[in-house]
Amino acid sequence: MSPAAAHPLLELRHLCKAFPGVTALEDVSLTLAHATVHALVGENGAGKSTLMKIVAGVCAPDAGELRLEGHGVHFDSPRAALAHGIAMIHQELNLMPSMSVAENIWIGREPLNGCGFVRRRELERRTHALLERLALDIDPRAEVGMLSIAMRQMVEIARALSSQSRLLIMDEPTSALTERESERLFGVIRDLRSQGVGIFYITHRMEELFALADEISVLRDGRRVGGGRACDLRREELIRLMVGRELEVLPPPPPAAGPVALAARGLSVAGAFRDVTFELHAGEILGVAGLVGSGRSALAAALFGLTPATSGRMEIDGSAVRVDCPGTAIAHGLAYVTEDRKDTGCFLGLSVLENLEIAVLRGDLVRFGLVRGAAARAACGRMASALRIKTPGLDEHIENLSGGNQQKVLLGRWLLTHPRILILDEPTRGVDVGAKAEIHQLIAGLTARGAAVLMISSELPEILALSHRVMVMHEGRITGILERAAADQLSIMELAAS
Amino acid sequence: MHQAVFREPTAGRRRTRARRLPSEAGILLVLLAIALAFELLGWIFVHQSFLMNGQRLVIMILQVSVIGIIAIGVTQVIITGGIDLSSGSVVALTAMVAASLAQSSDALRAVYPSLLDLPVVVPVLAGLAVGAAAGLVNGSLIAATGIPPFIATLGVMVTARGLAKWYTHGQPVSMLTDAYAALGSGAVPVAIFLATALLFHVALRHTRYGKYTYAIGANREAARISGIRVGRHLVVVYTIAGLLSGLAGVLTSARAVSGQAGMGMMYELDAIAAAVIGGASLAGGVGRITGTVIGTLILGVVTSGFTFLRIDAYYQEIVKGAIIVAAVVADQYRRRRRGAAS
Repeated sequence: MSPAAAHPLLELRHLCKAFPGVTALEDVSLTLAHATVHALVGENGAGKSTLMKIVAGVCAPDAGELRLEGHGVHFDSPRAALAHGIAMIHQELNLMPSMSVAENIWIGREPLNGCGFVRRRELERRTHALLERLALDIDPRAEVGMLSIAMRQMVEIARALSSQSRLLIMDEPTSALTERESERLFGVIRDLRSQGVGIFYITHRMEELFALADEISVLRDGRRVGGGRACDLRREELIRLMVGRELEVLPPPPPAAGPVALAARGLSVAGAFRDVTFELHAGEILGVAGLVGSGRSALAAALFGLTPATSGRMEIDGSAVRVDCPGTAIAHGLAYVTEDRKDTGCFLGLSVLENLEIAVLRGDLVRFGLVRGAAARAACGRMASALRIKTPGLDEHIENLSGGNQQKVLLGRWLLTHPRILILDEPTRGVDVGAKAEIHQLIAGLTARGAAVLMISSELPEILALSHRVMVMHEGRITGILERAAADQLSIMELAAS
Repeated sequence: MHQAVFREPTAGRRRTRARRLPSEAGILLVLLAIALAFELLGWIFVHQSFLMNGQRLVIMILQVSVIGIIAIGVTQVIITGGIDLSSGSVVALTAMVAASLAQSSDALRAVYPSLLDLPVVVPVLAGLAVGAAAGLVNGSLIAATGIPPFIATLGVMVTARGLAKWYTHGQPVSMLTDAYAALGSGAVPVAIFLATALLFHVALRHTRYGKYTYAIGANREAARISGIRVGRHLVVVYTIAGLLSGLAGVLTSARAVSGQAGMGMMYELDAIAAAVIGGASLAGGVGRITGTVIGTLILGVVTSGFTFLRIDAYYQEIVKGAIIVAAVVADQYRRRRRGAAS
């Protein structure tokens, strides 16, 4: 037995890490064996990302040690970790969109000829070999900006492997992928595992855990609270460990019988979707399922006036309206939580208060042209505590909140406007189990009080748990609207892929 | 990283948590440090006090008031994530137009021989209108065509300078009325600077206009989705910046008792420097009027201090450049340290 094989790939021993004011990790020990997928689960803010940042050399632990194949190591930079074969694939992709796949993979390490020029042919040959190893059909010369998110992720993985990595860290790699693309990624991950690569895999999705992981560690409040071999663990047990309390299971929604709040009649946006007709009742959650690119998000943007419909019409409370900008939509009682929290939702750099109040600065919150600061603060404070937003205070910068709490702030921003029709695009993407359950309860509660909700989601369990009816889209058309009793994973997937 | 669920402070109880130091505290320290350094150097090299001289301090503030007024507008533009390069040229154009309407009957070569000895409000309003119009052009170009603010305002910068020269074919406009000249004398520009600063400090912190300005700079698309008419708002912000440049042009020509097409050269860069030293971020979403006022004073102290030490003007510019960069580097470092907890 070689000395390398006698030791596990990576051992983390008694790691501690504190940031000013918070303890991020407390005495965390775990082991990653060769050729295994080790999943890390836990609520946002449980310490998963901090732990992985230590492994990848982004930050140093306050105490404890890392042993790589039996040898103690210290990484003072991601570069140092990379030199030891540890690569991290970030949640946010770090690729240069205007450069080619090959250039992106080998940037900084291009093969050069005697005069210092890049040997383009050699560069492409190496890229081709690398992509072949991953069984990917991507042209090395393709511009990265033209690839789908899924393909870009594959390019990231290829880049990590190009530096002979034997330990990969993946932070929620499937959060932007469709089901089919995720399957593809899992295939690649399993291949890598069989080649001896050890993988740390952070996820919020239960289904992925049991499909992929060999080992699971659960983190909560900076500690490892449990884990073990995936085959020995049960789903309910994991959730209990993660949350530290039992989750309330939502009762099935009562049938919605309210009047039609929002109706689309033959709505089209050229190039995105066409001839969309549906009715959304007060008190109803209409789930919208479909693959990414099926026109779901474009429909939401059109209903809210961001990209006004090119033909067809919209009715609110039975009368035809023309919504050509978000201001009009808001005036009609609409609200819209976008799918991309970071790009189109949060005002990063501004406080929780400033993020909450922005859509409601009108009416009795403004007097003589001045915003009534105390009244706005009080209203936002009530909203923050009603939604159980975890933050040290309203003046905290929003980027210091976890994803779930940021999402709650965005919901709060709209709830302050007392909307009657809510359009929610992926309301729980990248949100941990606990916050997810709370957001689900919140949505159900809103409809119980008469609001109408159009909810787009890529997670079928979410759609099935909440929706009164499910509308399925495929390539810009509605392929079916299912009553709750008729909707299940199979029937939805059939319509989504038809 | 566990944090408590947010709870409203119970009524009647004061918020116990000490308020954070305002972000201007750091830059204020820099101002004091620079002033003290000059004080020390003053005693060593010229055997005088730098600070214990009321007249010098008044002149110092007077010199930077015009830059300060421009910087207040530029700060708002920078908060939206934009930039305004046209300020200096707009100063020249408004100085020309305002001066041409402020000539007294003593003028030998009047621009408008039939319009002499007009009441002082006429040239002032004309100057403000020209400034606002230039800003309106900036804002409309940016909002309607979507070209980067750098390009739009660069174009207006070149055009406005050209218009200023064309207006009198390069001739200076002189022999202005006493009432007009009074606007630029004494502490009038200082008072206008401070009043403008106060007005826009309140506007930025406590009105919808201000909140929308920050929101647009922090995330333009999110601002649009939140119901803010981004294009229209940008037009307003750039128009205000132009109006303030116009005000600066009026004061400049009043102080010089003439209008010249070469006025306001490089003022835009000093104004941007003042805003950036004061903590405004060119990435948008960050910046405060109080910071900009302190940034303006830093520029003033440096200029005044070097003159006081009788150091060549060449060295002044070299050091000024270094101070601008150092202030921004220091600020970024401070921010990063504060953000490390996240």
